[in-house]
Amino acid sequence: MIRWLLIAVLTVGITGTAVWGYQEHQEKNAILIQAENSYQRAFHDLTYQLNLLHDKIGTTLAMNSQKQLSPQLAEIWRLTSEAHNDVGQLPLALMPFNKTEEFLANIGEFSYRTAIRDLNKNPLKDDEVKLLEKLYEQSGSIKKQLRKVQYMVLNDNLRWMDVQLALATNEKSDNKIIDGFKTVEKNVEGYTEGDLGPTFTGASKDNHKYRNISGEDISEKQAKEKATDIFEVPKDAKVNITKSGKGADIPTYSVSYRSKGKNGYMDLSVQGGHPINVLVERNLKEPSISLYQSLEKAKSFLKKNKFDSMEPYQSSQYENIGVFGFLYVQDQVRIYPDSLQVKVALDNGDILGLSARNFLKNHQKRDIPEPSLSEEEAQEKVNPSVKIQESHLAIIENDLNEEVLCYEFLGTLGGSTYRIFINAEDGMEEKVEKLKEAEMNFATS
Amino acid sequence: MILIKRVSMIMIVALLAISITSSGDNESHAFSQRILQKGATGDDVIELQSRLQYIGFYEGNIDGVFGWGTYWALRNFQKDFGLTVDGLAGPTTKQKLISVTNYDKQYVKRKIAAGEDVNYYGGAPRDGQTNQGGTQQGNQGGGGKEAAQPTSVNVPTGYSQNDIKLMANAVHGEARGEPYVGKVAVAAVIINRVVSSTFPNSVSGVIFEPRAFTAVSDGQIWLTPDESAKKAVMDAMNGWDPSGNALYYFNPNTATSDWIWSRPQIKEIGKHIFCK
Repeated sequence: MIRWLLIAVLTVGITGTAVWGYQEHQEKNAILIQAENSYQRAFHDLTYQLNLLHDKIGTTLAMNSQKQLSPQLAEIWRLTSEAHNDVGQLPLALMPFNKTEEFLANIGEFSYRTAIRDLNKNPLKDDEVKLLEKLYEQSGSIKKQLRKVQYMVLNDNLRWMDVQLALATNEKSDNKIIDGFKTVEKNVEGYTEGDLGPTFTGASKDNHKYRNISGEDISEKQAKEKATDIFEVPKDAKVNITKSGKGADIPTYSVSYRSKGKNGYMDLSVQGGHPINVLVERNLKEPSISLYQSLEKAKSFLKKNKFDSMEPYQSSQYENIGVFGFLYVQDQVRIYPDSLQVKVALDNGDILGLSARNFLKNHQKRDIPEPSLSEEEAQEKVNPSVKIQESHLAIIENDLNEEVLCYEFLGTLGGSTYRIFINAEDGMEEKVEKLKEAEMNFATS
Repeated sequence: MILIKRVSMIMIVALLAISITSSGDNESHAFSQRILQKGATGDDVIELQSRLQYIGFYEGNIDGVFGWGTYWALRNFQKDFGLTVDGLAGPTTKQKLISVTNYDKQYVKRKIAAGEDVNYYGGAPRDGQTNQGGTQQGNQGGGGKEAAQPTSVNVPTGYSQNDIKLMANAVHGEARGEPYVGKVAVAAVIINRVVSSTFPNSVSGVIFEPRAFTAVSDGQIWLTPDESAKKAVMDAMNGWDPSGNALYYFNPNTATSDWIWSRPQIKEIGKHIFCK
């Protein structure tokens, strides 16, 4: 009797496990298929976009009327950004595919710049046409190779999940997709960056060197002294110092300390010992000073550390800290590229941080031209429904990463505040931004 | 009709008078001592906004955050009342505001506590005011003594609270146990990638790029982030980048990719090596 009962129980148990296991298996498969599908979609999308991109660049070469060129270039820009998105969805992150991505970015950058340019006044130059021809050729060869990979994938039923696995285990396997992408990458590498010509210099905002670093190189000992000068190191703390590696934009010392309840960190340039980053972390109590008072602390901190002519342009309270943005001001012109940030504890007014990278990178002596437009003339270029509340002269970096002198208008429309930059030379509307208002706090409501 | 209007006006005035006397206790020590400037948050900002709305300068939400709307309202108030136009609520400006406006703290606080939008235009009848008897006050109980909490928060330009949450999750998954600066650096790498032309252009795009972050692949991103991860994310969003403009980082003990070693290295923070 007991035996039968046991058998019955076991049978039920085994069947149950089998059914459960089967269901799990089904579920896992469904998810795998779904993941595989989204990879496949991104991949096929990518090849499609590149086909299209190649064709579009080709037609651009054939075009002559400026009226058609601009929209076409805008279209190319859109395609590169979509192709880029597709690359981002493929599991290629730790695989050398960055040259191809860079190539896409460069085409995008070029097409965007030329698309927004007034091609009637400023038509494509000879070297730009040559560049387009080159891009046409290169995109053609990328297209061809990707098509090859695509053919393989479809023909041999290759799965992206295998790529994912192969990359995850870092096997030196002969995954055909990986090999295919490596060939594409190698091919793009052939087009050295020099090939892209002077049009691309300064394409990235951060490309140029630090301009505002001067003085003698300092030793580790001097760096330590300098750092303890800028932040107070608790007596019981041990100070660490390391030097940056080869990849750094500029050689730096990193000085840090850890003590009970307080950590400090600072990057100083080796040349001249300029503080690039300062960060102090500790537990904060309830605010006891106002944002206004802490701004005064931030100002005197900057003065003490020889950051002169800085004016606050942004202030925000985040619970118990105040964060301030400062701009360099030359002859009452606000220089937006020369910005720095200071962070102050609102419980006792200690300086908790400084971020001076932009200032050290961009600041230089500038000859600021007299504006050719008067403020009234510039104001006429602003949308008349914006009610202007405040205005300044300012230097900003425009979409082409050139520094331009502008009139800055702060105005309101509806319930929102806008910042509008009008070029002080030619009246072009360089930038319009809607300024951020506080967000509803979802945590408390 | 006119008679009805007049009667209702009288009633409103009478009610206002009651409310003023009932909250008279608050009036005497109105406003805190601190000078208010743009970006400030708190109880006194609620009062500032309420008072500015009372005389029709402020049309936005009374949320306790001194934003652009409050800033323009204050400046216009200063201009119209012949004060120095500096956008700061200092002693003189506050004095002027107190003398020309009323502030019914109980009413505003109750509305905020109830999660309702607060309208506080002078002269307009306020709902709930009609039964401003002992009962309402009684229901308030101890809550009346507490300061009203702002209903909004400042968020760094270009980001949302959800971005902060998502990034804090990623930073916690990737760098918990690392020194604080190491967390800021990881957050900065995410932001550098968003800015970089070779990576997706959004925070979510960068974080969820397949195989980009191990914490995303193995699900550690869904752990609850601690306070320091959030602080680190805020620092990175506000412009701090201890990584030295890095786009990659890896843990030399666990890195499985040979390729990552070929990247030019910038520096080491904690267990991570940051590189270009």
